[in-house]
Amino acid sequence: MGRKLDPTNKVKRGPGRKSRKQQGAETELVKFIKDEETEPKRLSSRGRKRAAKRVQTSKKPKDAAKEQPKKGFTDENSKWLKPVKRKRKLDEPESEDDSDEHWEEDDDENEEEQQEQKGEKGKKGSKLAVKEMEDEEDEEDDDDDEELVDDYGTLEDGSGEEESDGEELLPIERAAKKAKKQKETLPLGSDDDDDDDEEEEEEDDDDDDDDDEDGEEKKSDEDMEEEDTVQANMDEMDLFRLPGAEESEKEGILPLDLKTIHQRIKDNIDVLCNFSTKREEGKERAEYVSLLKKDLCMYYSYNNFLIEKLMDLFPLSELVDFLEANEIQRPVTIRTNTLKTRRRDLAQALINRGVNLDPLGKWSKVGLVIYDSSVPVGATPEYLSGQYMLQGASSFLPVMALSPQEGELVLDMSSAPGGKTTYIAQLMRNTGVIVANDANADRLKSVVGNIHRLGVTNTVVSNYDGRQFPKVMGGFDRVLLDAPCSGTGVIAKDPAVKTSKDDADIHRSAHLQKELLLSAIDSVNAESSSGGYLVYCTCSIMVEENEWVVDYALKKRNVKLVPTGLDFGKEGFTRFKERRFHPTLRLSRRFYPHSHNMDGFFVAKFKKFSNVIPTAPTGKEEESADAPDATVVPDSPEEKPSKSDTTKKTVAGKAGSLKGKSQANGMTAKKAENVKPKGKKDLPAGPKKEKMAKMDGKTVEGAKAKKKTASKTADGTKEQKADKKDSSRFEKKQGINKKSPMKAKKRIGKNKFRKLKVLLGKQDVE
Amino acid sequence: MRPLTEEETKTMFEKLSKYIGENIKLLVDRPDGTFCFRLHNDRVYYMSEKILKLATNISRDKLVSVGTCFGKFTKTIKFRLHITALDFLAPYAKFKVWVKPGAEQSFLYGNHVLKSGLGRITENTQQYQGVVVYSMADVPLGFGVAAKNTQECRRVDPMSIVVFHQADVGEFIRNEDTLT
Repeated sequence: MGRKLDPTNKVKRGPGRKSRKQQGAETELVKFIKDEETEPKRLSSRGRKRAAKRVQTSKKPKDAAKEQPKKGFTDENSKWLKPVKRKRKLDEPESEDDSDEHWEEDDDENEEEQQEQKGEKGKKGSKLAVKEMEDEEDEEDDDDDEELVDDYGTLEDGSGEEESDGEELLPIERAAKKAKKQKETLPLGSDDDDDDDEEEEEEDDDDDDDDDEDGEEKKSDEDMEEEDTVQANMDEMDLFRLPGAEESEKEGILPLDLKTIHQRIKDNIDVLCNFSTKREEGKERAEYVSLLKKDLCMYYSYNNFLIEKLMDLFPLSELVDFLEANEIQRPVTIRTNTLKTRRRDLAQALINRGVNLDPLGKWSKVGLVIYDSSVPVGATPEYLSGQYMLQGASSFLPVMALSPQEGELVLDMSSAPGGKTTYIAQLMRNTGVIVANDANADRLKSVVGNIHRLGVTNTVVSNYDGRQFPKVMGGFDRVLLDAPCSGTGVIAKDPAVKTSKDDADIHRSAHLQKELLLSAIDSVNAESSSGGYLVYCTCSIMVEENEWVVDYALKKRNVKLVPTGLDFGKEGFTRFKERRFHPTLRLSRRFYPHSHNMDGFFVAKFKKFSNVIPTAPTGKEEESADAPDATVVPDSPEEKPSKSDTTKKTVAGKAGSLKGKSQANGMTAKKAENVKPKGKKDLPAGPKKEKMAKMDGKTVEGAKAKKKTASKTADGTKEQKADKKDSSRFEKKQGINKKSPMKAKKRIGKNKFRKLKVLLGKQDVE
Repeated sequence: MRPLTEEETKTMFEKLSKYIGENIKLLVDRPDGTFCFRLHNDRVYYMSEKILKLATNISRDKLVSVGTCFGKFTKTIKFRLHITALDFLAPYAKFKVWVKPGAEQSFLYGNHVLKSGLGRITENTQQYQGVVVYSMADVPLGFGVAAKNTQECRRVDPMSIVVFHQADVGEFIRNEDTLT
């Protein structure tokens, strides 16, 4: 139990420590001769470590460097710090130590030499020395100070690490090394540095190395060497982006290998993170960014739109993590069905079947994560008898936030495939009533299946469009809305999202979500003794679908955000780019695949504090009078305009106000009724696209209405007249005319208008 | 949704009593409230009266399921019991059959139970008696009809069928579509 082994993550294991020892001296020689011929030097693992540490220590001040050797060496070693003495020790009997010790001592040697030659090499050398110091400090476990040191030649860079394991080098080898070293220590170190840099960059795929190398260079003084290396390094960057046209043509023709692109991405991000220091003269940030976008799109196969959105959301360092996390699957998780079994017993039974599992985390008492299994997890007898359900970890969260109590009336507006519904039922212990709704009839089959399998008895399953809900049934204690979304948080499950989403999709989703959310809010009974809560969640990370929708609801209805009860997760944004949201948005929670190891998710919990539906915002003068006449939301379907179209509300509001007027009663009442049926007609249980188009039509109407009112004098009576005219036309054209009433409005002639005005004037008087 | 007619109720109760005998009244008069059967789209649903009241708000064509589905009436007004009723049959079952671990999988695939897979069987089981099938861990797996009475089961050879398969929990995966 309790294995943290992740089978999808295969740790590469290189040759062991001892494997090197077994090679003969000839093979060692061959290695060295090869090295001299070919430019790119292959660094061993220790060499790479050393190189990394070298860069680290190079950042430390020189003084520290000077002091450190004293710390590292024991008293005996310190005697050997003087290079002259050390060279004599070449002749001393070789040690029969492990390779490690040789390496370490070699570092000592290197350092000593470097300290000696500090003046020649400049700061870089000393930094390297310091780094090697540290390197060796770490490795010094077995260092036996009394043993004599072989001088393998001073090696500042990785080249030295190709040395033999611990066997004595032949004199020829030593001489060769020395020659190499001397070559390196030439003041024209820039070439070598470049070589080294390139090698580091190309061969070592460690970010650290690159960063360190770059950082190393950046922190140097105005030494010629360093400047050259800077230039050389930036040349590396430049090479990517030399005359844009040429390069892009090349890339178009030749397939660039992914490794190069990956490396380029890393370098690019690195430059962008330290832009002021690492930028190239004359190149704008935008150019780097655009290249990065292109590379990311190519490497991770996203479309441009999505990459841009993600770049807005995440800082660059997190961006790559996020993209990488989307490439691999999240771990399989299951939820124990506490109606039938306990987690302990279930875990035991599954382990007996050969499943490797662990409790999900401290935050869940019913979750289990499956590492691997010899039987299919979705087909065990335990699964079939309903003892658990396959469910993503992020899907636990909204139900935990909702925390339904026993005996409550709960609505799950988008319940397919039924995981959250059954979780709600088990939290309520099969008491109360749950209404599980979904707009898609096919997916409802899985809801029914899961409900029956898990032994849930208190559920009614229905197939409405969620937007119809307060009309069908209202007064719920709690409502859960897991809104349909663009799915940008679950890219790992559905890679098609990477390329198929664009701006229109996101906005369409957002529009639908807003409507659904308002309907959901209207379905909650604020006066409920134990409830009055609504949880809105999506499996998306886009701000347009999350915070924006929540903010919209806060403006439109009498709800407020409350803490979700989830103590982990990132807080929602209170501002994003040019938008500013309500400060309580920070009570909502965001979850990401790369930081929480669950699907991307957003959860927000509302409390409804009043059943009154506020009328449209006070942007129009004629409505200010109507503001106090807010329509109350009883269960009667007539008076619930649960749509976001403000004109409809104003009409309804006016209906309320006009009812006060004596003569207008009949017409306005009819108008209200006409408005509602019209609305109902616009929402048949048909495909959503049609609905969307109609809704779009309505919003267009709304816009037109607004324009109209703005253009005309802000005379409430005129507006009302126009509406009345419309209502009379509605009566005639009921059932036929689905066009906007505003178009009808346009057709009113001046004379009729005046007549109406007179009429109304009389009525007002009366 | 409508209440069951007399004949429908009779047919259904007859079928149920094959498995649970006279415990049917325990299904109706429960300590935690009155439960009832309702018919919707030829299927019989079992629910408490609380849910019934709320379910009437939903229009007929939009209602998919209420409470628990027990089974459906076929075109020739015969009642077919579904696996979804297992949770209510199992606690009140009169005659039970336990199946060995090796034969569990076979039964879950829809095969009949052979003598070789038979673990235990209630005494005095008559032939063609409705039985509920359990695994050795007392987990209900489904129900069926006894092919032989208990005495014969002891005598008969290992490859002969002892329980005819009627419904098993594997159907939740195999026949998910037909549940509703």
